[in-house]
Amino acid sequence: MQELETFRYDNKIVRDFAFATLLWGVVGMLVGLVIAFQLFIPEINAGIQYITFSRIRPLHTNAVIFAFVGNGIFMGVYYSLQRLCKARMFSDLLSRLHFWGWQLIIVSAAITLPLGATTSKEYAELEWPIDILIAMVWVIFGINMIATIMKRRERHMYVAIWFYIATFFTVTMLHVVNSFEIPVSFLKSYPIFAGVQDALVQWWYGHNAVAFFLTTPYLGLMYYFLPKAAERPVYSYRLSIVHFWALIFIYIWAGPHHLLYTSLPDWAQSLGTTFSLMLIAPSWGGMLNGLLTLRGAWDKVRQDPILKFMVVAVTAYGMSTLEGPLMSVKSINALSHFTDWTIGHVHIGGLGWNGFLTFGILYWLVPRIFKTKLHSLKMANFHFWIGTLGIVFYALGMYWAGLTQGLMWKQFSAEGYMQYPLFLETVLQILPMYLIRAFGGLLYFSGVLVGVYNLVRTVRSGNLVENEEAKAPALLKQNEHEVKNVYGHRWLESRPFQFIVWTVIAVAIGGIVEFVPSFLIKSNVPTIASIKPYTPLELEGRDIYIRDGCNTCHSQMIRPFRSETERYGEYSKAGEFVYDHPFLWGSKRIGPDLHRIGGKYPDAWHYNHMLDPTSTSAGSIMPPYPWLFEQDIDFSTTPSKIRVMQIMGVPYPEDYDKRAVEDLKVQAKQITENLRSANFQVEENKEIIALIAYLQRLGTDIKAKKTAQLAK
Amino acid sequence: MSAIVVLIGASLIVAVGFLFAFLWAVKTGQFDDKYTPSIRMLIDDKEEEEKQKR
Repeated sequence: MQELETFRYDNKIVRDFAFATLLWGVVGMLVGLVIAFQLFIPEINAGIQYITFSRIRPLHTNAVIFAFVGNGIFMGVYYSLQRLCKARMFSDLLSRLHFWGWQLIIVSAAITLPLGATTSKEYAELEWPIDILIAMVWVIFGINMIATIMKRRERHMYVAIWFYIATFFTVTMLHVVNSFEIPVSFLKSYPIFAGVQDALVQWWYGHNAVAFFLTTPYLGLMYYFLPKAAERPVYSYRLSIVHFWALIFIYIWAGPHHLLYTSLPDWAQSLGTTFSLMLIAPSWGGMLNGLLTLRGAWDKVRQDPILKFMVVAVTAYGMSTLEGPLMSVKSINALSHFTDWTIGHVHIGGLGWNGFLTFGILYWLVPRIFKTKLHSLKMANFHFWIGTLGIVFYALGMYWAGLTQGLMWKQFSAEGYMQYPLFLETVLQILPMYLIRAFGGLLYFSGVLVGVYNLVRTVRSGNLVENEEAKAPALLKQNEHEVKNVYGHRWLESRPFQFIVWTVIAVAIGGIVEFVPSFLIKSNVPTIASIKPYTPLELEGRDIYIRDGCNTCHSQMIRPFRSETERYGEYSKAGEFVYDHPFLWGSKRIGPDLHRIGGKYPDAWHYNHMLDPTSTSAGSIMPPYPWLFEQDIDFSTTPSKIRVMQIMGVPYPEDYDKRAVEDLKVQAKQITENLRSANFQVEENKEIIALIAYLQRLGTDIKAKKTAQLAK
Repeated sequence: MSAIVVLIGASLIVAVGFLFAFLWAVKTGQFDDKYTPSIRMLIDDKEEEEKQKR
């Protein structure tokens, strides 16, 4: 028998991440609640640009994903990894750097996003200096984790560790690839890809952020904390391994399902759908394994609020991973995309799976590291029930709203005209559902507040065991001879070999299907001769559009359906976006699509509309943008913007950066005069001028081609 | 579609990495025992001591 080594688990870092999870959870969900109310009471932003819906909606998503769930992941990983490896974290210094670095990222996000420093790419809105910081802190986490695994005292790596490792490597790659951007100034950059390509990169990232930030690490946590809380082993350890490998091999290829019916090549869309449907199997493997762990222990679930939280979390995971693949089927996506259905879908995952599992873990872990009992089981039960009720109301409101609006958009009258030609009509119809959603959110949030109070009281009643003592024998060196002879043959002979073959085939199919067409066809993006780069003023207007997050509520992607071409105009073509760094297709239509807005209304209409949307559209829930009429266009960076565009291959004439500001002023003067002739007194250098220039340009180049053809 | 080449390249790098991780795991016998690990993780020495005291 080997001698026991004594070592200490670092509980302080677990506590720090637990507190950060609670703090940012409250902040992120509070912002979510505010934007939910803004959707039916737009005035509550009080005309302040920094708290306008379009600027703080990304703040909400970033806060709940990277601050709440992010800290939750680290809390759970630091607790479970040490115990599974029977070792203290590799370096206390790296642990602290990781913790404070991550909080610094969150704080800088909370400052820059309301200021309008955004890349416009969903869940990757943070600008390039913060991107670099994220990469550094993430790698610190990775080194700390891998080094801990290397010095483990337990040879076998429990399945949770596999999930953590996959999370680290995949997120690193996703973040790096989606952050290929060229800086223009300190807080402004352009992505190197444009249009369709940029969209593909973004949703490859966006989808896998859900997969490898909200799913795999939480499955790892489930495999540790659920058996712990239930005090019984996971239903099938074999299943956990099989579904882990299947999940990570399949997930990476499903991204294009976010771009169905867009200008993305058809074969890429079909590929996304196929892999999404395949995902049902490994996802449900995880859900069933979690639920079946409780076989014979359901009496415990009745009494223990922790298990209640976990059961609902795992069930929500199962529901959203069935719903997701179904929404990736093109005919369903045609109805669900751009509607609140998607918002309902992600909140089943967010509130149910991530939120409830986080609180289940917190209720289990905090009393343990503080050597005390949970302050109040009653409060925890209350949190569970009010939270569940909140999810139900939230889902009810969003599914109802999504279906209603989706069907209204597509409805034709018996005579063949659009039944609801006014987009606003479909918005006003679902306002009651927005109210229900906000009520659901309010319930969920009050549950969270009770939870925080309960945990704070728990912490106060105990004392943190900063360095928890543990004993384990040192890891014996494996006899290499033995490994080769026994396992060397065995892995060839046993089932894992077949499994390898199948995974190789699965990966290879994905690779071949995506590779070959892109080699055979020189370019999958057809060029359209009449598509020209944006003028400097339009470019500045576009950057204002990005800064104020217009793409949060307005898509620029008309899908090839009659219901859309009737409403908005000709469907969007891939070749129209070749100079769009970044692409601005959007993912949600709270307002109508804007791709063919150019030339649809006079300049004066846009002027009125931006100043007070209800003046042109009575009942509109769009907030006013008065600051556009006060702030000056910043053309100090215009030349460097042009230069960066040129580097990326946008064909501006040589040395155009030197003339760009002149051209900008000429165009601004034209628009100003146009507005003055309609009796609007405005100065040439105000931001509204640039925005109008951009809006009036949108989707018009293709019309020039038509006119030219007619002339022939 | 040069972006797609980048994406597939990156995805394949990760996938191949996972593949090697998988091969390593099988070779070193990580998955030979598909039962004990699920029990072992339940046991923390501290809690055991306390239970014995009771």
